[in-house]
Amino acid sequence: MAEPMLVIRDLHVKVADTEILKGLSLSIGKGEVHAIMGPNGSGKSTLVNVLAGKPEYVVTSGAITFEGKNVLPMTVDQRAREGIFLAFQYPVELPGVSAWQFMKTALDSIREQRGEEPMDYRVFDKMWRQKIKDVGIDQELVKRSVNEGFSGGEKKRSEMLQMMVLDPKLALMDETDSGLDIDALKSVADVVNKRRGPEKAVLVVTHYQRLLNYIVPDFVHILIDGRIVRSGGAGLALEVEEKGYDWVREAMATA
Amino acid sequence: MTTTRTVISRNTDLSQQEYKWGFTTDVEEDVAPKGLNEGVVRLISSKKGEPEWMLEWRLRAYRHWLTLKREEPTWAMIHHPPIDFDDIHYYAAPKTKDGPKSMEEVDPEMLKAFDKLGIPLAEREKLAGVAVDAIFDSVSVATTYQKALEKHGVIFCPISEAIRNHPELVRKYLGSVVPYSDNFYATLNSAVFSDGSFIYVPKGVRCPMELMTYFRINFADSGQFERTLIIADEGSYVSYLEGCTAPVRKTSQLHAAVVELIALDDAQIKYSTLQNWYPGDKEGKGGVYNFVTKRGKAQGRNSKISWTQVETGSAITWKYPSVILQGDNSVGEFYSVALVNNHQQADTGTKMTHIGKNTRSTIVAKGISAGHGESTYRGQVKIMPTATGAKNFTQCDSLLIGDKSAAHTMPYIEVRNSTARMEHEASTSKISDEQLFYVMQRGISNEDAHHMIVKGFCKSVFAELPFEFAVEAANLLKVSLEGAVA
Repeated sequence: MAEPMLVIRDLHVKVADTEILKGLSLSIGKGEVHAIMGPNGSGKSTLVNVLAGKPEYVVTSGAITFEGKNVLPMTVDQRAREGIFLAFQYPVELPGVSAWQFMKTALDSIREQRGEEPMDYRVFDKMWRQKIKDVGIDQELVKRSVNEGFSGGEKKRSEMLQMMVLDPKLALMDETDSGLDIDALKSVADVVNKRRGPEKAVLVVTHYQRLLNYIVPDFVHILIDGRIVRSGGAGLALEVEEKGYDWVREAMATA
Repeated sequence: MTTTRTVISRNTDLSQQEYKWGFTTDVEEDVAPKGLNEGVVRLISSKKGEPEWMLEWRLRAYRHWLTLKREEPTWAMIHHPPIDFDDIHYYAAPKTKDGPKSMEEVDPEMLKAFDKLGIPLAEREKLAGVAVDAIFDSVSVATTYQKALEKHGVIFCPISEAIRNHPELVRKYLGSVVPYSDNFYATLNSAVFSDGSFIYVPKGVRCPMELMTYFRINFADSGQFERTLIIADEGSYVSYLEGCTAPVRKTSQLHAAVVELIALDDAQIKYSTLQNWYPGDKEGKGGVYNFVTKRGKAQGRNSKISWTQVETGSAITWKYPSVILQGDNSVGEFYSVALVNNHQQADTGTKMTHIGKNTRSTIVAKGISAGHGESTYRGQVKIMPTATGAKNFTQCDSLLIGDKSAAHTMPYIEVRNSTARMEHEASTSKISDEQLFYVMQRGISNEDAHHMIVKGFCKSVFAELPFEFAVEAANLLKVSLEGAVA
């Protein structure tokens, strides 16, 4: 296994007094793509939101380290500056905030963390234009306020654009495939695949196997009732797709 | 009668850290004794070498003020201890007898103060397109770009100078929009106004540069009573920028300015304000009281008056830049951002009075309340029976930060002509946790995330500001929001 980037140990998480994650452990190595599959309510979204540091998710026990650093005391923005990016399932609108300004500010914050100067705006602008092309997002769309009046698919593409610009070490993708048609799905997968490399890792959370035809994971984990009940290679996703989550549950019961 | 101002050390007053531009300068000032009586009014007039008619006007205002029995208006949603009008210096001027002829004659201490404020006086020639008529306390000490303006026949000078050199214009228009009997503070201002800007743009002239004046309040307990008069003659255009900052003070300071704008046929006046006066400490002590009367008269056909303001300062703001739409087809606009933090209070808005046919007005008011701040939008749109085909669009949005701040919206609409078309939109929102999580997840700090969302909220108003001003306005919001975010 590659050098570990993210290590989650026996994680217990509560939201409003309900325990959602009940002892989840997972290790993601550099350069790896992991997929987490599970039925609705299994805790998939909770996992990525906890990793990003969303306030209402309370870690009651367990540990998370990212590149050897303890993540739990870090604020949301600190985690982001360390290189953790969350592609949101439902990105919010930021009225009056231009995508350009949003990303320039974000990138400069990340650079500041690394002790670098803010990026020259011309350099940024050139890079920005290039990424817009790479992601295949409509030029007119990014001139609007962030996510304002975007369709579901446009929002997802906008998330991919942001991921490309900020170039995180670990990308968490929260059901990025939901609500996408096949063309949009392919283009999202295309962006993720282009970014694959020895220093980058991806954690894809999805309900369906469909996305994993295009983003082929190195590891697949099945999450049921707050625990990873089964892990395997890309083939596991196909098996689940074919046999359904009940099959996994039954396998658990007989094990 | 000359006193030397005491310098408040930058290191002894902790609150100065909160207020970036809090400092005082060491310039000797010429100051009247505290309190107001006929003698003080006469003293002010004689100090300025005013003609008899001006003194008479001041005295009429003073006598009217006496009949008001020092009862300040109470309808605004603001709270403050009673103001002791006998405990105020009504006149303070830098100790320069004749006024400097050139920059070399300007007191070096004063130049240093301008440097701290970032007023580009030392390099003003390079500051293309902007003339600075810098008001230091009450008397203008330096006016730039005079020659370029003179070439176009534009008069841009201290109003005290205009009273002496252009009496026919001043007599005709002073008090024609805001009469001395208009309201308590306008009356007080009319009696004791110290100085301010005067602009006259002749027929058909498009003023070749943005005109800018920085005001500041420097002398302890000296009330400031600026008077500004801008006249745009037929077919002319002028854009005026006003940026303000004041030093830290222990006691509250009263500021009661009057601004009058007059636009004749086909003329346009654009008036932009950045207001950053000392808001007081975290408990709200010591800030500036800003009770201002600003009003424009779109007197001519097809004339247009546009107010844009970004207000982040002062302990209390009481201000309603208004437009009287008298000429047919005239246009009035009001774009405003008012931010209150800690214990600041703002009761602000506009009045649009439609008199002429097919007159149109637009109001976009954005209020931001943080900390214990309380902001009120108070607006009046009045359609008179003569105003056939009048249109108004009003949008009032309030943004709340934290759970101790408050916002109030009080629109008054009076329509007396059935052909009028009125639109009113209003919203109140909070910065949502979802928005904050989203922005911070991109690596942006909590404070910067708030700033970004607030700036976005204000975008439609900032778009109306001249570019440099818009950048400054965004910075000002950032400074003003410091400490608002836990």
